[in-house]
Amino acid sequence: MTFICTPTENLDPAKAVHDFTIAATRPWSHVIKRGQIFRIVDVEGCQAVDTLFYRAGDFSERYSAQDTLLAQGSAYVTTGTRLLSNEGNVMLTVVADSCGRHDTSAGACSCEANTVRFGHHTRYMHACRENFVVEVTKWGMTKRDVVPNINFFMNVPIDPDGRLAIVDGISAPGAHVDMVAEMDVLAVISNCPQVNNPCNGFDPTPVRVLIWDGEAA
Amino acid sequence: MTTTDKAARIEALRQRYLELKAAGDDLAPKALPPLTARDGAPLTSNLVRQREEIPGGWYWTARLARGERLRLVNTQATPGVAVFLWNAADTSERYNSADTMKLQWTAALPRGRVLFSDMGRVLASVVEDTVGAHDSVVGGSTPASNLRRYGDAALRNTQENMRLAASKFGLGKRDLAPVISFFSPVYVKEDGSFGWRDDVLAAGDFVELRAEMDLLVAISNCPHPFSPGAYAPQAIEAVIWQGPSPAGDDICRTATAEAVRGFENTDPLFAGR
Ligand SMILES: [Zn+2]
Repeated sequence: MTFICTPTENLDPAKAVHDFTIAATRPWSHVIKRGQIFRIVDVEGCQAVDTLFYRAGDFSERYSAQDTLLAQGSAYVTTGTRLLSNEGNVMLTVVADSCGRHDTSAGACSCEANTVRFGHHTRYMHACRENFVVEVTKWGMTKRDVVPNINFFMNVPIDPDGRLAIVDGISAPGAHVDMVAEMDVLAVISNCPQVNNPCNGFDPTPVRVLIWDGEAA
Repeated sequence: MTTTDKAARIEALRQRYLELKAAGDDLAPKALPPLTARDGAPLTSNLVRQREEIPGGWYWTARLARGERLRLVNTQATPGVAVFLWNAADTSERYNSADTMKLQWTAALPRGRVLFSDMGRVLASVVEDTVGAHDSVVGGSTPASNLRRYGDAALRNTQENMRLAASKFGLGKRDLAPVISFFSPVYVKEDGSFGWRDDVLAAGDFVELRAEMDLLVAISNCPHPFSPGAYAPQAIEAVIWQGPSPAGDDICRTATAEAVRGFENTDPLFAGR
């Protein structure tokens, strides 16, 4: 297993092979090749970026939050975290992180969960799981393939007694996280539309995704 | 919208969230019942439909009808029994660890809590529980974790057990997601690393789930990957029985506003049945 650790701070956005701004509340998906560097930028700050990964060529292998937490022995995602699949393979490695903490326990918002969390009046509000389903359907998958995800830039501390809450984001405008793909992966993002909790500061904003070829670093 | 309007809207949403958080944080733990006594909640033996002894390291599958109960008896204090649940009528609806924790504002799922599906519905309620130490964050063992922990990837593990169990329902790897591990006293330390509370598990502990919809159940009896000591899983007993119907003030159904709304989403599936 290769473990590529690349200094990525000086990467030039002009040299990215993919540079796309995901509008507030919208989904996105793209295949990232092994060795490429994937950056997510929290453009205006305090925006949760719900993200899933699938192995390109075999989508039944996909991101596993529990395998990731088990292997690294820590509840949060940050620099050095290896993002594992349900086969125990490393999909991507986080190589830089100017935010410092990302959640992978609290999953995505959905219309249905929103009714439970915030009241039945929130059923007809756009939600991350809707984004995920729309996006994975383009790749031949269904809701069945949507599993608990990573929430980049989302702060969900878990107390020793188990208490858990989504609290105010800690990502400043321009905060970014960089990952190196350790296999060819399909990345699927829901730029979270949630306005009922602080994960987006109650006001969703755009994020930017960039991909560089490995030799650019 | 003007800047002032936007700021006012954001402030209103924030206040609403803080009210919900205060209710979730402070109210629910007061409302939750105490743990079941180890000699409490005796089974009514003539209401038992099925009993199974699941050997250490093995898996089992069961179907539960709405209202039936599954009691897992940890007769020899084995550290960790993983469970996964599907809606029997539509297996794309299944246990969602993230929603279960987020909706109840806690990773701790003792007696009085419920297990949510990905559809905002309640799959099962934790109606009896002598131990109160269950893990929904880290999940079960894998060949890799057994290799790291015990130097042997061939030991029986929860990842493969869950795939085997799913296959017996005609389901596959795509139908699996994070599991809940009962009898697994895992906690998150201040620095984010995981701890294991010693001396919590005792022989004779049990946990009992009440099916809130017709369920397919997969059980893997493998040690939690963070459990100390050698790999030595012990047999557990699984009992399916017909417990009493929930009363109007049933604690699992009423402990929190979130549970109430979860059942408002669940019960209409069975209205008139
Ligand atoms: Zn969301």
